[in-house]
Amino acid sequence: MEPVISIQGLNHYFGHGHLRKQVLFDLSAHIDAGEIVIMTGPSGSGKTTLLTLIGALRSAQEGSLRVLGQELRHSTTEQQIQIRRQTGYIFQGHNLLHALTARQNVQMAMDLQPHVSAKQAKKRVDEMLCAVGLQDHLDYYPHQLSGGQKQRVAIARALVAHPKIVLADEPTAALDKKSGRDVVEIMRNLAREQGCTILIVTHDNRILDVADRLIHMEDGRLSETTLSV
Amino acid sequence: MIFAIPLAWLQLIRERIRLLVAIAGIAFAVVLMLMQFGFRDALFKAAVRFHESLNTDIVLISPQSTALIAMKSFPRRRLFQAAGFDGVESISPLYLSFGLWRNPINKSTRQLMVIGVDPMAMALQVSDTPGWQNALKLSDHVLFDAQSRAEFGPIPELYRTGEPVTTEVSGRRIQVAGLFTMGANFGADGNLLTSDLNFLRMFPDRNPGLIDVGLVRVKPGVDAKALAKRIGATLGNDVLVMTRNDFAEFERSYWEKSTSIGFIFSLGALMGFIVGSVIVYQILYTDVTDHLAEYATLKAMGYRDIFFYGVVMQESLILSCLGFLPGFVVSFALYTVIANATSLPVWMTLERATLVFTLTVTMCTLAGAIAMRRVQAADPADIF
Repeated sequence: MEPVISIQGLNHYFGHGHLRKQVLFDLSAHIDAGEIVIMTGPSGSGKTTLLTLIGALRSAQEGSLRVLGQELRHSTTEQQIQIRRQTGYIFQGHNLLHALTARQNVQMAMDLQPHVSAKQAKKRVDEMLCAVGLQDHLDYYPHQLSGGQKQRVAIARALVAHPKIVLADEPTAALDKKSGRDVVEIMRNLAREQGCTILIVTHDNRILDVADRLIHMEDGRLSETTLSV
Repeated sequence: MIFAIPLAWLQLIRERIRLLVAIAGIAFAVVLMLMQFGFRDALFKAAVRFHESLNTDIVLISPQSTALIAMKSFPRRRLFQAAGFDGVESISPLYLSFGLWRNPINKSTRQLMVIGVDPMAMALQVSDTPGWQNALKLSDHVLFDAQSRAEFGPIPELYRTGEPVTTEVSGRRIQVAGLFTMGANFGADGNLLTSDLNFLRMFPDRNPGLIDVGLVRVKPGVDAKALAKRIGATLGNDVLVMTRNDFAEFERSYWEKSTSIGFIFSLGALMGFIVGSVIVYQILYTDVTDHLAEYATLKAMGYRDIFFYGVVMQESLILSCLGFLPGFVVSFALYTVIANATSLPVWMTLERATLVFTLTVTMCTLAGAIAMRRVQAADPADIF
């Protein structure tokens, strides 16, 4: 079976001409379906850049990057959009839409699933918000929710459409120990149920134990770390 | 399933103050446009009120006349010649001049238009004073236009008290024998109707043989247009012959084409359009800028650019509707105020309301189309 994410000899540069600077060097990695992988590394090492490349938010420049069987180098905008729709993103900031309630924010992800009926979509939104423990806050606006609650809405939004891949960038950075732990547990449980692949970038040592595998990025180069838990 | 959530509407009402500012701005532009168009139409309408109250089918004027305020007289015998044509029922002369009216209360003087007609010829439709023809047979008796500007004095009120109202026109003592209704226009602040003989008493310099307008009534069933053409062809170049409607159109086209008034009001309306566009653009641009991070997130989730264009367009259409309503209501009230204050025939017409609504939607759509380009600044790669 083909890995969900397959990286081979990937280089990436920022800037043009004299200012051109290489940030990713000859990366190679494979992530299989259902794996939970945590990527660690110092700030500025290129972790986020790799995440945006995998998420088809940035165009790949050199080497090969295959996600869900789609080569992302020289991919069209439409192909990128299809990858994005099969990916759930969890951001450092929650990035919720301020004008929408928790329910509507999650609904925005379901609106991209044309084959799901409106009734079905609504049901899944409510179920997902219950699963992240927000059954009492369905119609709250983001400014009425705490940091942890907002991050849970963001997770519900990322997972409600049953994405094949979840990309998370420092999902626990803005949270205290307890909520951070809860958030990761929720992600792991939901991922197990839906069988999706998760790639988390984090500095947070407290959550490393949820990973099946750790990879380490330093100065734009990847190295595999053995799991010591 | 796309558009299941009315994002445009929710984003607009989220920022209450900004929404109110936007509505106020658009309403302002709507008021500006409605006012300018209203004034322009009122000017044209007021300018032809005299023409429309003429009880005639065909009109003779001098070719050198350009408008009611600039009439050149022509020989009365041309009118008598016209009387000889087949199909003509009756003729009557009409004299026009401007006289100085003395306000009987504060003694100040002001210029108004004096119309002199043969009282027995029923040249004008006057409904306010029954038996006005006989009243005007008395020397130095006049009918005063009840819709003249207030500066001439409270003549209608004074007249209705039953006391004789006397004052001076161009140094001659006259008495108000009744009222009629015509209304001020941009050329004349008030009107006075009197007999041809009284007119010549008021303006002793005027030659009775030179008239300003010749009125020709045709027999029932006669084509006025064809007859006017025939008369014109026979009478020669020193007189213009046209139907009453053409006479009104002649006046209208003078104000519209030969003066800058039509242009100025259209320019005023254009200003309103531009001001409105800039306001809507600013509001939408700020709105998109404020939501860039959110839009970038949605783009990362797989939303296409077209979705955001749709949101901006919906916002601009919602704004145009929300802004038009208060602007319409305010203009409606202002029309009433202005009509009362200026005696100009300013009122709302469905045609003008439709035109300005169309302009408002165009204005908002245009501004939205420019603000849309801002959506491209939302880069999903920046969200992490």
